[in-house]
Amino acid sequence: MTVPQIWRKIPQFYNLYGKKCSSCNKLYFPPRDICVECGDHKLENFKFRGKGNIITYTIIRTPLSDPEGELIDRPAREIPYILAVIELEEGPRLTSEIVDCSPDEVKIGKKVESVFRKIVEKGPKGVIQYGYKFRLSG
Amino acid sequence: MKTGIVSWGAYIPCYRIKVEEISKIWGSDAESIKRGLKISEKAVPGIDEDTVTISVTASRNALKRSKIDPIEIGAVYFGSESHPYAVKPTGTIVAEALETGPDYTTVDLEFACKAGTAAIQICMGLVKSGMIKYGLAGGADTAQSAPGDALEFTAAAGGAAFIIGKKDVCAEINHTVSFTTDTPDFWRREDQKYPSHGGGFTGKPAYFRHVLGAAKKMMKTMGTTPKDYDHAVFHQPNGKFPSRAAKMLGFSEEQTKQGFLVPFIGNTYSGASMLGLAAVLDQAKPGQRIIVTSYGSGAGSDCFDISVTEKITEARKKAPLIKTYIENKRYLNYADYSKKTKQYIME
Repeated sequence: MTVPQIWRKIPQFYNLYGKKCSSCNKLYFPPRDICVECGDHKLENFKFRGKGNIITYTIIRTPLSDPEGELIDRPAREIPYILAVIELEEGPRLTSEIVDCSPDEVKIGKKVESVFRKIVEKGPKGVIQYGYKFRLSG
Repeated sequence: MKTGIVSWGAYIPCYRIKVEEISKIWGSDAESIKRGLKISEKAVPGIDEDTVTISVTASRNALKRSKIDPIEIGAVYFGSESHPYAVKPTGTIVAEALETGPDYTTVDLEFACKAGTAAIQICMGLVKSGMIKYGLAGGADTAQSAPGDALEFTAAAGGAAFIIGKKDVCAEINHTVSFTTDTPDFWRREDQKYPSHGGGFTGKPAYFRHVLGAAKKMMKTMGTTPKDYDHAVFHQPNGKFPSRAAKMLGFSEEQTKQGFLVPFIGNTYSGASMLGLAAVLDQAKPGQRIIVTSYGSGAGSDCFDISVTEKITEARKKAPLIKTYIENKRYLNYADYSKKTKQYIME
């Protein structure tokens, strides 16, 4: 992502802001401009609580090495890492890293909560992107 | 209405490394280090944790304990020796994560281990003058130490945040004083990865002169003696210094034990005395009195005389206690510790 793209996504990454359709109440994360259920353009900001459960997950032991040439150094240094599809309590699903646990502790159905972490560092000179990851919550 | 602490929050990463594990690598005697420094293990940041993430988590915990709307926060000041950017404020990222809106002022602070208490003093001034309704003041660090240096046994990660205001305060700040001189006991030059220090020079002319100077000045100003305080917190670079300072001033072990965290988490630098205060607030009863003295190399101490109000009982239930963070731990070996603290050079 470019610096302006990172900046535009701050509400989404820092505080899990998605969208809610004003007509049919369908919730979206990440945010969308048009409701796919009813086609309405009137969507309002909606803040998700950051709680959910694991639908499925995978353990990444061989990450891609900088696929977009962004000088991302992090995935090369924390292997393995856990990537999960999480269903938020409010309904939408998202993909996130699970942190502060070992791969053998992760199970489908386990409860998780969001935490605020570094997402990527674009090399030693670049911008740092912060945002949500998840950890096991019980 | 007195200015005081409306709310407090803390965060300590879950990773720990034991003195034995570090000693094993460098061939030192773990038992003598544990005895000498009065420390058994230290908190280590995850590879995706830094001063910003610690500050955000501690601040969110502080917000949970209060009833205030974040847009009422008019100032955000965080002290650290490890702000992730040399140019780009930690405060802006913390404020954005808290959703304070754009109507606030911020600047990052650095004064070795005491920049966080300086942040409290700045917020107190702004609140007292009526310039702002609430200020957010914090101290956090992911402390650096060169491999093999004595600091490696103690340099740790953690932080605390305090909302300062006049309404619904959990703890009134009765008074604050400072004691500051030009004393080069510990420093880090521009572009250097690790700090340097003056060894034994960090003791008597540095830590003890300033901590004792500030605490004595406070008690003289307030007309108090150690017996007037239920809790005492001193900056804790190791376990030995604060224990000795407390004894020299006439405080008992009973008075200092609640805020004495360094044996379990190490020296969290800008977070150290603030986490000590937060740990006291986690347990303090209405009516109790606290004296807190920070220390920052370079050198200076800020001291606070604090009285706990009845609001504290309800507030403390709303966010995780420091005890929870201390107990939630995962041990690292030295190789994993080196990876998480980026001691490996990778091309």
